[in-house]
Amino acid sequence: MQYIDNIIFIIALIVGFRLFFKSLKEIYRNILLGRKIDRSDRPAERWATMGKVALGQSKMTKRPIAGILHIIVYVGFVIINLELLEIIIDGVFGTHRFLAGIFGNSFYNAFTATLEILALLVVLAVVVFFIRRNFYGVKRLTMKELFGWPKQDANWILIIEFALMAAFFTMNAADWSLQQKGAGEALGYYPVSSAVLGPLFGNFSEGALVILERGAWWFHFIGILFFMNYLYYSKHLHIIFAFPNTWFANLEKKGKFNNLASVTQEIKLMMDPNADPYAAAPEADPNAVPEKFGADDIFDLNQVQLLNAYSCTECGRCTAVCPANITGKKLSPRKIMMDTRDRLEEVGKNINKNGKFVDDGKKLIDDHIQREEIWACTTCNACVEACPVLIDPLSIIMEMRRFLVMEQSAAPQELNLMMTNVENNAAPWQYNQADRLKWASE
Amino acid sequence: MDFTLKTMAEYAAEGKSPEVLFWVGCAGSFDDRAKKITRAFCKILNKINVEFAVLGPEESCTGDPAKRAGNEFVFQMMALTNIEVLNAYDVKKIVTACPHCFNTLKNEYPNLGGNYEVIHHTQFLKQLMEEGRLKIEGGSFKGRKITFHDPCYLGRGNGEYEAPRMLLEKLDAELVEMKRCKTNGLCCGAGGAQMFKEPEKGAKDINVERTEEALSVKPNVIATGCPFCMTMMTDGVKHFDNTTVEVKDIAELLAEADDL
Repeated sequence: MQYIDNIIFIIALIVGFRLFFKSLKEIYRNILLGRKIDRSDRPAERWATMGKVALGQSKMTKRPIAGILHIIVYVGFVIINLELLEIIIDGVFGTHRFLAGIFGNSFYNAFTATLEILALLVVLAVVVFFIRRNFYGVKRLTMKELFGWPKQDANWILIIEFALMAAFFTMNAADWSLQQKGAGEALGYYPVSSAVLGPLFGNFSEGALVILERGAWWFHFIGILFFMNYLYYSKHLHIIFAFPNTWFANLEKKGKFNNLASVTQEIKLMMDPNADPYAAAPEADPNAVPEKFGADDIFDLNQVQLLNAYSCTECGRCTAVCPANITGKKLSPRKIMMDTRDRLEEVGKNINKNGKFVDDGKKLIDDHIQREEIWACTTCNACVEACPVLIDPLSIIMEMRRFLVMEQSAAPQELNLMMTNVENNAAPWQYNQADRLKWASE
Repeated sequence: MDFTLKTMAEYAAEGKSPEVLFWVGCAGSFDDRAKKITRAFCKILNKINVEFAVLGPEESCTGDPAKRAGNEFVFQMMALTNIEVLNAYDVKKIVTACPHCFNTLKNEYPNLGGNYEVIHHTQFLKQLMEEGRLKIEGGSFKGRKITFHDPCYLGRGNGEYEAPRMLLEKLDAELVEMKRCKTNGLCCGAGGAQMFKEPEKGAKDINVERTEEALSVKPNVIATGCPFCMTMMTDGVKHFDNTTVEVKDIAELLAEADDL
């Protein structure tokens, strides 16, 4: 019976990780629903971008308060998870504070003390985040599109992180108290938990302390597995996806919009002076899928755009700088990303249920994103510039404009007029091309 | 006409080619306010003997507003026609006072077979200054406050923030920055084909928001580097019934400094 702990531990570990990889596989499948796009060029620059932006958080500090707090939570969380390594070894082999033996006393003391200080900083940051989000009234964190699940999700993340840190401190404080009573080998140095929780635990019996220590240890471990699997349902997925997302980011100048090669072929044919206007149209391939311009659903977006949707943390820095949003229009770049992810999830669930996608009569456009949002964009790239993980909401807006104009001829009337003018007079206004030099003689 | 001007066709007829092609753009050709920018820029080039030409009636819209409205067909029709003309004249270097033309010619034409060195007029003027050909003395601007509104397609779109500022600093004026400037600049509201339609329903117009910000730093001049920004900021200043603040393109300010 003495191995029962270890067996339960190993089962929990395997179940936790299997569920996690199942979710990841599902997300990967969903991303593959998008159009292929080649973003394998300039790998050195891509690694550098990822290192700088995702690992180095270079864009986070543009808003210093949120940026510094975020870096504390990020660094704290990464380093505290080194401790997960020890938990796993202890859990599997039934050891206690295994790393102490490897590190030696003084280094292990420094290690545990560092973790404690980082954990304290994380707790402080999480508390400030919670206050900022719920009571302080930061505009981008209290907007309509966050009502419901997104707001709860944000709070759950903070609560879980707080609980994990609380368990960590409880575990250490109980262990420390046991050590004080001479009931355990003196391993590690716990400046925070011994000072804050230690006095509280002073009168506890040894048995109670053992239960407390074990309870917190299990809570911490199961909590981490739970949190890992919670990611799939949460905007917190960015802790993983920020990395591939920055790697696959668009490296071109922001002003450069992509070229539709299929259109080029057509126009070149149209403009070719040697083309025979009476020639019979070439035999069409009956199996060819007709080219569709732009996007009305996630299937027409590219895979990087879908990866963008999963990487979005809903921080709203994009929306906070969007000129349309600032002046009260319906467009919110963050909502574009949230809608894209919602639709992608809807399609994913449909596939889970039916084995393949069965038309549900819905589209990303109209059912999620309104035309009014799409037409309010000034293509100024402020949202793209603001995103801390290099998401490109503008590219999605542009694909939808292309769909509305080239597939549906559904542009606002004034834009139709402008486009007719460009086509007929080579200027967006109704002037004669022959008059293009009149400015010189006025 | 108080400056000399030749077209590419005229240069070609003489068997010569100019140093640079000045791409005037639709606004620069037809919009009454923007025409003044066009003329100011020509006067500066004249003064320092830069050989330049325009396409005149052979120029078309670059296709920028059509592309950004989502109409790739019309865009490419314009682009491929323009590229044929430009390549026929063997154009190497293009300067334009419109960041939208600049961006499209520079970034979107290469994919369609149009490869040129494309620069914004502020970049060209900066080049000329560094080469010692253009001398800027801005005595008349001493003590005046200028704020620069970054055009999105010059700034965030192409990363150029310094050239316009460097020219303005040479004017001896006090350059004051708005809170939202450079990478954080706020759009004037005209980009992405918004110039050609009524804005969507909202609390206020974007150009009003932006002009409010510009006016809050109490400038004498709001400097622009884009004909569309010019329209939007001018309308904004009118909206606030402000008759003291001028909206001027950088080329106009330089021409004014030189009394051209």
